[in-house]
Amino acid sequence: MVNTINHIWSLLEEVYDPEVPVLSVVDLGIIRSVEEKNEAMHVTITPTYIGCPAMQTIEEDIQTKFEESGILNFKISTSISPAWTTDWMSEKGKKKLKDYGIAPPQNEPDKSLLFAEPIVVPCPRCESSDTKMVSHFGSTACKAHYQCKQCKEPFDYFKCFK
Amino acid sequence: MTKQEALYNYVLRLGDDSLILGQRLAELCGHGPILEEDIALTNISLDLIGQATLFLDYAGALGGEKKSNDDLAFLRLEKEYVNALLLEQPNGHFGDTIMRQFLFDAFRKPLLESLQHSSEKELASIAEKALKETKYHLKHSSEWVIRLGDGTDESHDKIQGSLHTLYRYSHELFFEDESDFLLQKSKIVPELNSIKLEWEKTVKNVFEMAGIALPENDWKFEGGRQGRHSEHMGFLLTELQYMQRTYPNMEW
Repeated sequence: MVNTINHIWSLLEEVYDPEVPVLSVVDLGIIRSVEEKNEAMHVTITPTYIGCPAMQTIEEDIQTKFEESGILNFKISTSISPAWTTDWMSEKGKKKLKDYGIAPPQNEPDKSLLFAEPIVVPCPRCESSDTKMVSHFGSTACKAHYQCKQCKEPFDYFKCFK
Repeated sequence: MTKQEALYNYVLRLGDDSLILGQRLAELCGHGPILEEDIALTNISLDLIGQATLFLDYAGALGGEKKSNDDLAFLRLEKEYVNALLLEQPNGHFGDTIMRQFLFDAFRKPLLESLQHSSEKELASIAEKALKETKYHLKHSSEWVIRLGDGTDESHDKIQGSLHTLYRYSHELFFEDESDFLLQKSKIVPELNSIKLEWEKTVKNVFEMAGIALPENDWKFEGGRQGRHSEHMGFLLTELQYMQRTYPNMEW
């Protein structure tokens, strides 16, 4: 049965985040578990952000992927605890993000500190550390908006979320 | 009153606060004062509507009438909503929107910090999830209060005016009744006194940095928690409920 569970994981590697299409749902760290119960495969997923509008699409995409692969006896459920953190994103995923032009999450101080200086986020294109935060909130809930002062390009930063 | 009934009332308040503020901020979609703020305010709106979905889902399960989160969000009468009056106040100018947000965020963050350790597992897990985003919201609203208060004469006067108008609604955030007392006794929810201390600390700190002062009068408005709303609520609900009222049971 280990084989089957491994097979499920490899299928999940081929399901991509609709908003950041270079990351698979496994890279993103939102697959919490794959288990076999009474001959059915149980997959548990967790949302990145509470109002993430992509969750339903992701669930449907997983469903489609399974059905195409002849796996018909499965159940997908959502769990919100423990809450998702960017620490669950794979190293491979972080590299893919950077290649795609999105700065991956950096280690940041706790958000409870109200007035900490914004952290240094290197530009994903030219590697310069001379960048500035334009806004805490970017094109999706999980990203902040930055600009590189060297190459002048704006870029998204995948926020550290703990 | 049973524990379950008390919990239903409590969770409904959490859900309605998120829902109504989320709806208010959604009105700004495409109307923010600058592009970055348009995006920020609607991002916060999305987080709040996400929170409302979870809280109202949970409330629906506790209520025993098999109501879905959509039933609760779209099909109640005005007097059945129990959000605090602060959250239904109109967006006004940008300073008003930010001040309303700040007064709420400074309350919501310590509340969720405490609720994430609640002995009710479902409540704790929603709080744990919502807290992460609320920290961002508070950071954002605090920075703006300071920037506006410590900005030009005009921005200072405007944000001071926003505080003057909205402060009277902030006391209701600490409203408690028998539902709270029952849950507090079983240590499911915190006493709001402890949350108020945290709130006052944040508010004092930020207003000091912003150079703005609390109003001298001590007017207090309340009623929302008991379903008595300000005149703005009817207009808000008209827009929120329009589709479900016009095409009952419609789905996307």
